Amino acid sequence: MKKYLRCLAAGALSAGMCLGSGLARAEDTIKIAFIAPFSGAFAANGDAWLKMLTFAMNNVNAKGGALGKKFELVTFDDKIQPAEALIQLKAATDQNLPIILGGIGSNVAAAMEEGVEKYNRRNPEHRALYLNLSALSMPLTEENCSFWHFRFASNVTQRVASLIKGLPKDITKVYLMNQDYLYGQGVESDTKKFLAKFRPDVKIVGDEFVPMGKIKDFSSYIPKIKESGAQALITSNWGPDFNLLMKSGNEGGLDIKYYTFSAHLNGGPTSMGPEGGNRTITVLEGHDNVGADNHIPTAEDFVKRWRDTKPGIDFVWTNFQTTFDMLAAAINKAGSTDPLKVALALEGMQTTDIYGHVNTMRKADHQIQMPLYTALFTKPVPNDSEGTGWGWKTESMVSAEDLTFPTACQMKRPDGT
Amino acid sequence: MEIVLNPLLNGFVYGMLLFMLASGLTLIFSMMGVLNFAHAGIYMIGAYVAFDMSRLIGFWAALIVAPLVCAAIGAGIEVWGLRRTHHNGHIAELLFTFGLFFIIERGVQMVWGMLPVPYRVPALLDFPLFRLYGVDFPAYRAFMLLIAGGMLLAIRLLLTRTRVGLIIQASLTHPQMVSSLGHNVPRVFTLVFAGGCYLAGLAGVIGGNYQVTEPAMAASLGPIVFVVVVFGGLGSLSGCFVSSIVIGMVQTFAVSIDGSLADLLGPIVAWIGTDNLAGEILSIPVSRVGPLLPYAMMVGILMFRPRGLMGTRDT
Repeated sequence: MKKYLRCLAAGALSAGMCLGSGLARAEDTIKIAFIAPFSGAFAANGDAWLKMLTFAMNNVNAKGGALGKKFELVTFDDKIQPAEALIQLKAATDQNLPIILGGIGSNVAAAMEEGVEKYNRRNPEHRALYLNLSALSMPLTEENCSFWHFRFASNVTQRVASLIKGLPKDITKVYLMNQDYLYGQGVESDTKKFLAKFRPDVKIVGDEFVPMGKIKDFSSYIPKIKESGAQALITSNWGPDFNLLMKSGNEGGLDIKYYTFSAHLNGGPTSMGPEGGNRTITVLEGHDNVGADNHIPTAEDFVKRWRDTKPGIDFVWTNFQTTFDMLAAAINKAGSTDPLKVALALEGMQTTDIYGHVNTMRKADHQIQMPLYTALFTKPVPNDSEGTGWGWKTESMVSAEDLTFPTACQMKRPDGT
Repeated sequence: MEIVLNPLLNGFVYGMLLFMLASGLTLIFSMMGVLNFAHAGIYMIGAYVAFDMSRLIGFWAALIVAPLVCAAIGAGIEVWGLRRTHHNGHIAELLFTFGLFFIIERGVQMVWGMLPVPYRVPALLDFPLFRLYGVDFPAYRAFMLLIAGGMLLAIRLLLTRTRVGLIIQASLTHPQMVSSLGHNVPRVFTLVFAGGCYLAGLAGVIGGNYQVTEPAMAASLGPIVFVVVVFGGLGSLSGCFVSSIVIGMVQTFAVSIDGSLADLLGPIVAWIGTDNLAGEILSIPVSRVGPLLPYAMMVGILMFRPRGLMGTRDT
C-alpha cells in the first residue's frame, strides 16, 4: 500500500512538473527536459533513472547550481517509442526547454539525435541540445555523430574492451550469447575483436544469437553450452532474456561464470538473487561499494546520502553525477543556457567524478572518456543490492586512458566553430 | 538421443504451462465468443498474489488460495463488467477486456512496484530430480507437470462426468439451444469465466517462479497464448492441448538446432549463392528464428484451415 501511495505521489509530482513549467517560477530555475519511458514495459527504467538523476541534480543544486540558479527536471514520457520521443522533443522545445536528457534505448536515442539535428537546422534561433545518459550503441557517435549529441556513458566498445581486459587468465573457453538486434550484434563483433586483440589464447566455443524478449525457457540452450565445455558465458542479454537464461542454467546444473553488461540494472539483483551469487560479473560506471572498498570518502558519503533516500536500487549510473557536474560547469563557463554556447563549453571539458577520476568529454565525437569497473555479485558486501543480501564487489578497473579508442566520427559542426 | 530428450522434456513442461493458460482462454472464447485480452493479466495477478501469500502463509497454501482469488476476480469481471457490455456486441466486450488488460498491468505496477519480485521455487522442490546426459532436470518442473496433468484430468472429468460439464459442453457448441432449454446461461458464463481465471491463476502460481514475476510477464506471454488458441481451434479442448504441446515443443526444439534451411537444401543454396537476399534468408540458423515459428504456424493455419487444428465451428 505504501508503494502504491508513493507511486501516486510520484505520478502527481511529474504531472505537476509538466504542467507547472509555464508558471511564474520559470525564471528562478534552469529547467532541463528528461525524455524517458514512464509507462509501458520499460517504465521501471524511467523510474529508476529519474531517481538517480534527481539525486545527482540535487547534489549540484546544493553546491549552488549554475549561474546562481537551481536546476529543475521536467519529465516527458516517450514509452520507449522513437515516434513518441520525437513528439516529446517537440513538446520540450515548445515549452522552451532547449537542454534535453534522454537515452533509454538506442533506437530512441538514434531518432532523437537525428530529430535534434533536423530541428536545429530549421530553427537556428531556438536550438536544442541532446545529452545522452545511457544509450550505448556505436553509430550514435560514429556514423550518425551529431554536434548536438553528447554521450555521457561509456559506449559498447569501451564496455566490451574492459570486460575482456578483466577476464581472468584461467578462462580460456568462452561461449557468446547475444540478443539479435543492433546492440547484441555490436557486442558480439566487439567481443570477437577484443578477444583476438587482448586474449588470443581464449577460444570461442559457441556463438549464438537469440531473438530479443521472445524466449520463455532457455533450458534448451543449456545442453549445448554444457557440451561446448565453456568456462564462461559472455552475454549482452538483459532483462528477462538474462534472468531466464541464468535460471535455466542453474536448474540444469550449469557451472559457469556469466559475464554480462546489464545484470546490475534495476531489478537485476532481485531476479538473480542467491542463484546469481559468485558467478555473475558485470561492467558498470560505478557501484555502491567502490567507495567503501577503496576508502574514498566522497564516494562513501555519496552512497550514504543516496541510501538515506531509500531508493531501493544501487546508484549504478555514477556518470549521471558527471553529467550534471559538467552541465553546470559548462553553463557557468558559457554564461548562458544557449545550446550552442553550452555545447562548445562541454567540448573537451574535464571534471573529477565521485571516485576521484578525471572524466573527459572528447571533442572529436562527443563521447565521454571515463574508467569502467567490472564487479562480481557476491556477499558479504558493505552495501547490498535491492535488499537481497548480495551486492557488487570490484574485480577490476580499467582506466579512461586504456579505454580511449580512435573514432570514425565525421561531425558537421555549426558555422564558425 | 541427448539432442532429443532434453528439449522434449523441457518443451513438454513449457507446453503444459501454455495449456493451463490456453485451456481457460479457449473455454471462455468458445462459449462467449470473447477473446479475453485480460487473460494473461489474470495469470500475472496469480503470480503476484502467490508471491505475497507464499511469504505470509507458505507456498502450499498459496497454491490453493491464489487461484481462488483469481477466480473471484474473474467472477467479478464477468458479473459487473462483461455482462453489462454483452448486449452491445462482441466488439464492446473485446474492447472491454483489452482496456482491462492495461488497467491490470498498471495496477500491478502500482501495488507491487515496477521491479521484479523475488518469487522463488519452494525449498522443498529446489533440487535436481535426475540427470539426463549431464544436464539436471529440476524437481520443480516435474511438479509443474504433475499439477498440469492433474488439472487436465480434472477438467476432463468435470466436462464429461458431471451435469455442469454437460451444460458447459452443450453451451460450447450450441449456446442458443442451451438457453432455449431453460438453462441459466449467464450463470454458466460466470462459472466458465471464473473457472478460466482459476486456471490462469493456477498457471501464475506455478509459472511465476518458473519464470520471473515482473510487470511485463503478462504482455510477453499473452500473444503466444492467443496463437495456441487460434492454432488449436475453437470449441475444442483437445485441439488446445495438442497445439499447446506442439508450440511448446517447436519453440524449445528450434533453439537446439544449429543448422539452417541452407544445410538442408545444400546444392540449391550453393547455386543461389549466400551473398544475395534469398541465400541470406535461407542460411539464417533455425535457432535464431525459432521463437517466430509459432506465429508463422498461425498464419499458415489461418490460410489453409481457418477453423484451427481441431476446431469444430466458426465464431
